Amino acid sequence: MSERPVREPLTGRLIFEIGAPDARCVEPPIVDVPVPDFATVLGGQKRKAPPALPQVAEIDLARHYAHLAQANFGVDNGFYPLGSCTMKYNPKINEWACRLPGFAGTHPYQPIDTVQGTLELMWGLQEALAEVAGLPAVTLQPAAGAHGELTGLMCIRAYHAANGDPRKRVIIPDSAHGTNPATVTMCGYEVTTVPSNERGGVDLEALMAALDTDVAALMLTNPNTLGLFDENILAITDAIHAVGALAYCDGANMNAIMGKARPGDMGFDALHINLHKTFSTPHGGGGPGAGPVAVRDFLAPFLPGPLVVRLEDGTFGLETPEHSIGRMRSFNGNVGVLVRAYAYVRALGGEGLEEASEQAVLSANYLKERLKGAYSLPYDRTCMHEFVLSGKRQRKEFGVRTLDIAKRLLDYGYHPPTIYFPLIVEEAIMIEPTETEGKATLDRFAEVMLRIAEEAERDPDLLHGAPYDTPVRRLDEVRAVKNLDVAWSPKEA
Amino acid sequence: MRFIPVSCTERDEMLETVGARSVDALFDVIPPDVRLNRSLDIPGGMGELELAAHLEELAGRNRHSGNLVSFLGGCCYDHYVPAMVDAVLSKPEFFTAYIPYQPEVSQGTLQAIYEFQSMVCALTGMDVANASLYDGATAFVEGALMAARVTKRRSFVVAGTVHPEWRETLGTYCDAGSYELAECPASGGVLDLGVLDTMVGDGTAAVLVSSPNFYGNLENLVEAARIAHDVGALLVVSVNPILLGVLEAPATFGADVVVGEGQPLGNEMSYGGPGLGMFACRKEFLRAMPGRIVGRTTDVDGRPGFVLTMATREQHIRREKATSNICSNHALNALAAGVYLASVGSVGLKGIGEACIAKAHFLRERLLATGRFTASWETPFVNEFALRFDGDVAAMQTAMLERGFLAGLDLSRFNLADEGLVLFAVTEKRTRAQLECFIEEVASL
Amino acid sequence: MYPKNLKYDREHEWVRVEGDVAVLGISHFAQDQLGEVVYVDLPSAGDSVNAGESFGEIESVKSVSELFSPVTGEIIEVNEGLGDAPEAVNEDPYGEGWMVKVEMSDPTELDELMSVDEYKAFIAEEA
Repeated sequence: MSERPVREPLTGRLIFEIGAPDARCVEPPIVDVPVPDFATVLGGQKRKAPPALPQVAEIDLARHYAHLAQANFGVDNGFYPLGSCTMKYNPKINEWACRLPGFAGTHPYQPIDTVQGTLELMWGLQEALAEVAGLPAVTLQPAAGAHGELTGLMCIRAYHAANGDPRKRVIIPDSAHGTNPATVTMCGYEVTTVPSNERGGVDLEALMAALDTDVAALMLTNPNTLGLFDENILAITDAIHAVGALAYCDGANMNAIMGKARPGDMGFDALHINLHKTFSTPHGGGGPGAGPVAVRDFLAPFLPGPLVVRLEDGTFGLETPEHSIGRMRSFNGNVGVLVRAYAYVRALGGEGLEEASEQAVLSANYLKERLKGAYSLPYDRTCMHEFVLSGKRQRKEFGVRTLDIAKRLLDYGYHPPTIYFPLIVEEAIMIEPTETEGKATLDRFAEVMLRIAEEAERDPDLLHGAPYDTPVRRLDEVRAVKNLDVAWSPKEA
Repeated sequence: MRFIPVSCTERDEMLETVGARSVDALFDVIPPDVRLNRSLDIPGGMGELELAAHLEELAGRNRHSGNLVSFLGGCCYDHYVPAMVDAVLSKPEFFTAYIPYQPEVSQGTLQAIYEFQSMVCALTGMDVANASLYDGATAFVEGALMAARVTKRRSFVVAGTVHPEWRETLGTYCDAGSYELAECPASGGVLDLGVLDTMVGDGTAAVLVSSPNFYGNLENLVEAARIAHDVGALLVVSVNPILLGVLEAPATFGADVVVGEGQPLGNEMSYGGPGLGMFACRKEFLRAMPGRIVGRTTDVDGRPGFVLTMATREQHIRREKATSNICSNHALNALAAGVYLASVGSVGLKGIGEACIAKAHFLRERLLATGRFTASWETPFVNEFALRFDGDVAAMQTAMLERGFLAGLDLSRFNLADEGLVLFAVTEKRTRAQLECFIEEVASL
Repeated sequence: MYPKNLKYDREHEWVRVEGDVAVLGISHFAQDQLGEVVYVDLPSAGDSVNAGESFGEIESVKSVSELFSPVTGEIIEVNEGLGDAPEAVNEDPYGEGWMVKVEMSDPTELDELMSVDEYKAFIAEEA
């Protein structure tokens, strides 16, 4: 019997370890002007030792990244029910559109009359987001959800300051994303955490007890991170307003409610929308996203500039509001992302967006019904676009943790759900199918989840060892911290 | 319906499993007084053909680097992007993935980030780099905020020669976080070091500079570092990474934190975003760093692999005590930068930097020779330079636009005292013929 | 697993009394809950600490927990060995894994602490 051939692993070999000093992918450009003496013109800042960058032939480079890609998993590779992240399909037309030279090749300081197409697109997106939010003024500046949170909260801070009423605290429920409290700190406020009630909503009594005139704002995700719509939302925002505070909505979960309910109508004064979640722009392996912020009229003067405005003659311009908090970044926003979101909005229109939310909610409820027998469901109610199971029974009875269940899913070819979040659910498994998955996909996933529940019971060690069939298996994260290696050094060569 | 693959029959089956009479009934959990009882007023519902035509029409109303010869810069540049970059960026395994929370199926993203971090360290000479921040301006701000954590101080001195939008962004964050911010004036196109010396003190957390600065000039980083370090402050330096094949690594001059706008490295201009925030620093500040960091380790079978590491700094774990609120970063732009740097290599990066600098020096000399421009200073500069035009800048730019040129950046738009100054950026894409044509045309105005 | 000669508090710290000095660390239960400890952030000798307040942090790969002092006083010694070998907190929580020594200004605070039997009952309830 011959030995089984060993295949070269896809990853692990660094780009620095392939190639040779004279290998080239792209040749240096020809310099067709007189070459100055660099040592002189750079005033002694000429580089002595070249940076240790790879020198690689084009084919080796192409294969390197092809191999890395093969070791990756995206929405196009399979079902990716990562709760709270809305991993919906990223339409190909979006990718085509953002690469059009008219969009990709424009400079942010071009004369306004040479970028009317981009400005009209941005204006159209502002209008659409304002309509979805139920809030009239929109800035497209923020680069991501957390950046949007900070933008919104800074506007609220500026509003209180303008009223001569600076405040100290921001209230956050215990089910919130970590970005919320981190944002509060960056904005110079203190965090007050309020617990959730037994139905998964904000505990109204605790909220009332926490309210006074030191409270600047409430930050609330609705539907919340349990995938539940807070039934007391109007009572909550009324109570916030009663002490002169404002209500900020973390719009991470807008995919559940487009065309069904609007944060502005719920009493929220400001909201960010994650275009990389709800509006189908790709997640890019971690970003870039975009986190536009929509606010009420009285907050609009504080928005960061520039905003896109339609002028009387029908052309478009850029303006900075009168009492703007100032810039949150350079230039005009993540325009490449905005182009994709705009393409999505126009593909769907108002009705299509509503249908997207309808199907997202139906699909989540469908999976919830199929899985709630095998796994615990701490809040057994109609959910919105996502739901949170608990693996506590598997942990108690079989010593199988949610982490093990997630790793076993990898062997079956699925990206696992979000795990161990929200923090208020023990051994949490947060599943968000999105509307772009077919019923057959949902059924197969449900069957796999049920089979894993059986495996947990029958053979816990099988799960403890999972995954078996992935480019690498479980990684030593303790070693990663203790023997910290975060950059290759030429000394290794 | 677009992008929804569930059929009507399947939807009915799903409703039956759920036990709901209609899809709309699922929304009964929303209190009736906040329900929107009308359709969203958003036009659309376009088929792909019509949508493509609409988008092409919009894009067609813009003028762009494909039909204009651009001398616009100011931290966003018209560099050549090798074909390899978009070939890699277009792989759905990369762009349709998210944060590599599950390392077993995210080694592609993780290894690419590790390689990016390594390249940033190689360029800047720093020990550690993160996986990216949003853009140069926010990376600059995060550099200041990290310095405040490290030094336990709350005031910053920023050079007046830093990009005006970056200074404004820093100001926005400082207002909200109640940090003190002072601006050190420029003198002769560079930071006035004599004044800087008098502005720092034992409350200064960081001195923040940019080299090359907004005017394209090189700062004296050795002296800036000495002034900062003498009072126990950190020196935060912003760089243009595409020049670091030619320019000495800022670590050599004593920088403690190096940030930069990474757009020049393989990223399209896209009207200014998404860019790429680069962030690197000394090893001892690792626990105070913002953003994600990838580390190399091994799996249970001893194979090398990569994971997100030192995550206890971040918002999802440390919440209100996190080093930053950043979650989504600019990973795909960092991938572009990594592919770019691997494509051009160390030799190519040096060649590109030299080409930009040589062409910028050529253009400046020839523009001065026309007699229409004057220099406000003579100090080492690189790929960008500012000259004073002897006429109406806006009229000159309009006339040159008609001739197909984006004739630099009118610095009066930033309300700087330097009214009349025009900032020209020259990339390796500009040919001698384009430069000579521009010079001839502008001289003839 | 829970030495009899120590006192314990509800934050899962243990205290060994040596005259006026309290030696502090975290219990077996706490280290087990944390998982592998990768970093311990401790104060410096000479710092003062108040009962019920945080004097440091302890990290596993995916969690951060504050260390609360059950006593008031001045830190007179810090276990520098945890810098290089934080795993001592897992492997030997009552020996090599000690964290700080506090010169107590109010030894009556010790009366608030639990005996080993009380602590065992406490953790049985928590689990």
